[in-house]
Amino acid sequence: MTEKTVLNATHRELGARMVDFGGWDMPINYGSQIEEHHVVRRDAGMFDVSHMTVVDLHGARTRDFLRHLLANSVDKLKVQGKALYSCMLNEQGGVIDDLIVYFLGDEFFRLVVNASTRTKDLAWIGQQAKAFGVAVQERPDFAMIAVQGPNARAKVIGLLHEVDRARIEKLGRFAAAAAQGPHGAPLFIARTGYTGEDGFEIMVLSEQAITFWNELVAAGVAPCGLGARDTLRLEAGMNLYGQDMDESVSPWEAGLAWTIALDEGRDFIGRKALEAQKAAGVPRTMIGLVLDDKGVLRHGQKVLTDRGDGEILSGSFAPTLNKAVAFARIPSGASGDVRVDIRGREMPVRVVKFPFVRDGKPCEGI
Amino acid sequence: MSEIPGDLKFLKSHEWARVEDNGLVRVGISDHAQGQLGDLVYVELPEVGSNVQAGNGAAVVESVKAASDIYSPVSGEIVEVNENLNDKPETINEDAYGDGWIFVVKASDRAELDELLDADAYAELIENEDH
Repeated sequence: MTEKTVLNATHRELGARMVDFGGWDMPINYGSQIEEHHVVRRDAGMFDVSHMTVVDLHGARTRDFLRHLLANSVDKLKVQGKALYSCMLNEQGGVIDDLIVYFLGDEFFRLVVNASTRTKDLAWIGQQAKAFGVAVQERPDFAMIAVQGPNARAKVIGLLHEVDRARIEKLGRFAAAAAQGPHGAPLFIARTGYTGEDGFEIMVLSEQAITFWNELVAAGVAPCGLGARDTLRLEAGMNLYGQDMDESVSPWEAGLAWTIALDEGRDFIGRKALEAQKAAGVPRTMIGLVLDDKGVLRHGQKVLTDRGDGEILSGSFAPTLNKAVAFARIPSGASGDVRVDIRGREMPVRVVKFPFVRDGKPCEGI
Repeated sequence: MSEIPGDLKFLKSHEWARVEDNGLVRVGISDHAQGQLGDLVYVELPEVGSNVQAGNGAAVVESVKAASDIYSPVSGEIVEVNENLNDKPETINEDAYGDGWIFVVKASDRAELDELLDADAYAELIENEDH
């Protein structure tokens, strides 16, 4: 049974090409994926991300619980509304999911986890929460719309109730606040995203989502499909769960070392395994690749190095760069002489640092 | 969805073939196929002078989403390729039945053309695919 977001009929009316996206019937594009990619880099586009799972955590020991559950440290969250990106690991240090956690009160945090991992995440979180007396409440009553691009914030702010505009204008990066949208609709506005552009991810009650979407269209925000979202996040150097990491991969091997907080005395799930792997030497590493020749790097292609084979994780044509880029996992310590097997032909590729694109422009050396 | 030109014949895998006045067979992919693939970003053309077999891969088109083999509807020798696609692969998205042609074959066995679907049969095929 395919699931549908509350905006499903709206997408179809807009002429979207719908595809199965991890069990959800979602728009891949509304015409041209490349044009939708460019509109986000240059102006403002929006994505229906209502398939993502919102989970509220309540209880006196919620912060303690999250210090145990997450590999990044919620102690970094000191101001109400601040958000943090983190991995949730198993005891072996493998990634169960990546998520964003919002600090909303002394006894109230909110998680946004992936759609494809919803069932196992809820089971894992629920199981771990018991010992802390934390109540785990899924919020299927929310739809979520990501509005992204250099003009995204201005277009959203223009739709807010006057009393909220100045406050949301000042909202810092990776922070969230409540505000009133058109017709008094309560919104949860976070200055986060998955495109490498500025913008907001906005939770709106399902029954008000279609009206809000249409107001955004009228304000000049272009509907964009999840196809463009994928090329945008890849250019921005952001991992995709299931493709770039999963339970068989540690954050060290997925370019996510920056999200691991080995702060003194914090006993989070997977910490022992991570420390042991680091001490023994991490066997694989994630790198960025650029193909200067014609062709497209794709998930699953074999990567040849002087230390053995690796593979392409996320790979795609990058519309901002007009060539293909990819993440690959290869044996640690390999030299920069790397080739990719594309349909039996060994193509030379360049190893680069990612992100590939930042603030609408190619990064240096890409 | 644009009209399917009546003079075309099709493979089930969505390639079209048009017999030209000089007897050569021009080949491309259908408008339906380009829509399914999405924005095309790269086309790997066959070599002029190479031989192709009916139903075998002769070219590759890559969209943002996926790479697809393009099968030749007829056997024979490649006599021309659409070099314009090297710089403008999106021509296939814009004009699949016209400027977006991919290669031209000098057919060695014209009887192979009789095995192909006519425009009506192809229209029916994609109609059923959509449901």
